[in-house]
Amino acid sequence: MRYESPATTKEAVALLSKEKGPAFVIAGGTDLLVRMKSGLVEPALLVDVKRIPAMTTIKVMQTGFRVGAAVSGAELGAHKALGKAWPGVVEATNLIGSDQIQGRCTMVGNLCNASPAADSVPALIAAGAKAAIVGKQGRRTAAVEKIITGPGSTSLAKGEVIEALTLPKSSRRTGDAYLRFTPRTEMDIAVVGVGISMTLERGIIKKARVCLGAVAPTPILVPAAADTIIGTKLDDAALAALAAACSDACDPIDDKRGTAAYRIRVAGVLARRVATIAFQRAGGAA
Amino acid sequence: MNEAMDLKYVGTRPVRPDGTEKVTGKADYGADISRPGMVHGVVLRSPHAHAQINGIDASEALALEGVYAVVTVDDFPQRDTISINRRRYFEQIIAGGKVLYHGHPVAAVAAKSADLAQRAAALIRVDYTVLPAVLDVQAAMADDAPILHDDLYTDGVNPPPKGPSNISQVTRISKGDVQAGFSEADIVVERRFVTPMVHQGYIEPHACMADAHADGRVSLWCSSQGHFGIRDMAALVLGMDTGDIRVVPQEIGGGFGGKTIVYLEPLAIRLSQKAGRPVKMVMTREEVFRATGPASGTINTVKIGAKDDGTLTALHADLVYEAGAFPGSSPLGAGAMCIFAPYDVANVRVDGREVVANKPRVAAYRAPGAPQAAFAGESVLDELAQQLDMDPMDLRLKNAAKKGTEAAYGPRFKDIGFVECLEAAKSHPHYQQALKENQGRGVAAGFWFNGGNNSSAEVHVAESGMIQVVEGNPDIGGSRASMALMAAETLQVPYERIRVRVGDTDSTGFCNTTGGSRTTFATGMAVITACEDVVAQLKQRAALTWGIDADQVDWIDGEARPMPGVNADLEPIPLAKLARKFPQTGGPISARASLNAQGPGPSFAVNLCDVEVDPETGATTVLRFTAIQDAGRAVHPDYVEGQMQGGAVQGIGWALNEEYIFDDNGVMENAGFLDYRIPVASDLPMIDTQIIEVHNDTHPYGVRGVGEAPIVPPLAAVGNAVSRAVGKRIDELPLSPPRVLALIDSAE
Repeated sequence: MRYESPATTKEAVALLSKEKGPAFVIAGGTDLLVRMKSGLVEPALLVDVKRIPAMTTIKVMQTGFRVGAAVSGAELGAHKALGKAWPGVVEATNLIGSDQIQGRCTMVGNLCNASPAADSVPALIAAGAKAAIVGKQGRRTAAVEKIITGPGSTSLAKGEVIEALTLPKSSRRTGDAYLRFTPRTEMDIAVVGVGISMTLERGIIKKARVCLGAVAPTPILVPAAADTIIGTKLDDAALAALAAACSDACDPIDDKRGTAAYRIRVAGVLARRVATIAFQRAGGAA
Repeated sequence: MNEAMDLKYVGTRPVRPDGTEKVTGKADYGADISRPGMVHGVVLRSPHAHAQINGIDASEALALEGVYAVVTVDDFPQRDTISINRRRYFEQIIAGGKVLYHGHPVAAVAAKSADLAQRAAALIRVDYTVLPAVLDVQAAMADDAPILHDDLYTDGVNPPPKGPSNISQVTRISKGDVQAGFSEADIVVERRFVTPMVHQGYIEPHACMADAHADGRVSLWCSSQGHFGIRDMAALVLGMDTGDIRVVPQEIGGGFGGKTIVYLEPLAIRLSQKAGRPVKMVMTREEVFRATGPASGTINTVKIGAKDDGTLTALHADLVYEAGAFPGSSPLGAGAMCIFAPYDVANVRVDGREVVANKPRVAAYRAPGAPQAAFAGESVLDELAQQLDMDPMDLRLKNAAKKGTEAAYGPRFKDIGFVECLEAAKSHPHYQQALKENQGRGVAAGFWFNGGNNSSAEVHVAESGMIQVVEGNPDIGGSRASMALMAAETLQVPYERIRVRVGDTDSTGFCNTTGGSRTTFATGMAVITACEDVVAQLKQRAALTWGIDADQVDWIDGEARPMPGVNADLEPIPLAKLARKFPQTGGPISARASLNAQGPGPSFAVNLCDVEVDPETGATTVLRFTAIQDAGRAVHPDYVEGQMQGGAVQGIGWALNEEYIFDDNGVMENAGFLDYRIPVASDLPMIDTQIIEVHNDTHPYGVRGVGEAPIVPPLAAVGNAVSRAVGKRIDELPLSPPRVLALIDSAE
């Protein structure tokens, strides 16, 4: 196994493109190292991206935020402006693992690991985050919901890496939130996760995005669920409709972490709670 | 006499002697030992839950460079000459003709690296004929169930059975006449309960290193709850004399009963003998889950009859305990004896069955067998209290066992502290706190016998006056600190001047395994006895110095003083001076004691548990938990409280989330701490404790064992709290959110 730590994204792409054997990007390694230790993967090449400046910084821009692929959960949690603009995204990321894991894990790693239960992903999708992708052919941008194509698989081509995630500028009338259900309070994997962002206009929900995690092969953006609350003041009827729409959108499995029926039901419960928090954060009146 | 005793050291809370080494990571645990020339051993395990082994071919593995040895059952020829019970024990270590659970060891390999050993193990060809597996206790008892052991005939039935069975034993405990008791009752409550197989969850995986010497002797380093026991079991499996195996105790990272038996050790020794090199073996977490001691899953039915005033007239339990793949391993007997021990009732009967299935062999887990049984018994009592509209504490107080009560399992209790625990619980501020919507409070009690057994200790007085205590029980729960405190008390020497060492099997006297909460009681007694001998010797040395009789010397505050009125002109002689002068007064000062400690006082525990249940998700949050327990006398109260808190946490985990999940082929699906959910710190409130001290007069300082009673009540305390919070009775663990939500939705 070779280990490389290039200084630019371009070099990283070149290394990954050339490698014939299994090649992996490593940032925090909190998923990859576990898979290596348990014998699930045997990389021929590891490309460490933690020395690439474009990947290790959070930039505040006119249009929003640009979070490098190697920025850890702990760094994200300490960034005041980002935490104020997108608290749901930051909170979702900070739910991953333990304090020790937070010092290493990254949002992009969470995304590219492509677990249906990834905590940061529903929040990112709800927030309208985009991935800045670099490959041999150059740069491209894709919405986060276009990245995961199934458990453990992504739409990234060979050699392509995500250099950063961008989050749009958030207004005072925008709020987001993410909650997950786990049997334990931490060190656990979501049985259901729900991320919602919304923007209000004169107290009424103008725009909304609802994303569910751990209830289908990939995190799913559910426009039909968003439609149930758009145009409302999130009254009880809207919340009930939201819950029903979220439950309807679920396509879960029975496994050791929860039954399909349980996931379907709790998706609706969490959606109500998440929408309530996001609504308050957007300045909505209860 | 104990009540009046004014103790200076016992009952204080000094820093434990082994603390610094442990918190700085310097202490050597099982996997921390290495030797020059050492190689690594791994186990090849069965991929099937039940299969016939037709043949094993290790030639490809042995052909790899750097592979030193492979062992299979053929390397243990004495297998064919040992008794059937011993053979069953043996076959847990390495499979004979059949594999009986997924993960059952089939072979072991030693190679220059653990990676290479793994690769070599994968090259061993095992020819299996897969057999239908029995994974469910009910299915195992069915008439047409596949039989695990052709030579297993149900023990305890009359007339003896004609054919083999998966029911390995039937037991009964009986007192009075339960039929008469039930007909006297105004109310009868009956319910059936299911508890899953759970693991002890010790943090340190099993690990050892064996070094076979050229003269045929063997040294073994390992972490265990008792290195003398490990020595004896390894000798049995290997057909060696116990005197030819020296076991050196490493520090232990948790055992809870699960490290009282051997798994890797005989394999490591045989590999070392074949390889001619030291062999280290370390289990992965996955191996620990798949192939080491879970606690029995159970199906227990309890029926209780009572008068309208709460007087219990009859208690009946029907207990079914899983043994895993090997009979005789379940704690059925202890469960049967413990379930009703807290209550003074005329008519009691407990029927029990032990059942084998294609799952890992069960092992001891903290108060083995008692938590499952108490879960059933204490849940029915709680339901009875609700139906009688009676305070659950009053119901227990009305029927509580006291001094003189004859327990259904035989003995008559001496001084016990159950009533004191109940009264403390009833008057505790926790019990008065008001509850809100969706919250419930559970009450439960528990009993554990505690053990005595064989212990040895020696005490040496160094020239400087430092005291060296050597004993043979590994320090699991702060026993070095407890031994040092009891030695300090007896010798009247400051705690800081005492050093406690855990000796290996060749360098100190025999001690039974640390289990049954025996060590502070029994090994403590040995330490105290040896210290008393040292005090007698010190008095004698002082008497010799002064030219008076030894019985005219007092030993007070660590110095020899002439008794009042003997001779006022003599200056006291401190320990250090007597120690320094040893060559002039008869040679080195030391003493030892070996004893079989009688009269361990049983311990009773009472728990209060408040929970809140989320009615929309079924999630249970433990809001407040108070553990109350009779410790006899708390030698080091921090470690008594630690035992109470640890037992409560394990019991809460057992109640809320822990369970073995098997697929249809008998493969455990959650063999890791991510999906085998022991509680994390943020899951729990601070566990409040209250130590009750009703002294046990058979121990010089009044000690009772405290390690196990704490895990007996929590399952029922949590269950009763959840039942009261949701207004429906729970009857199956764990109380995972989907199960609780289903209960909330149920029609009952």
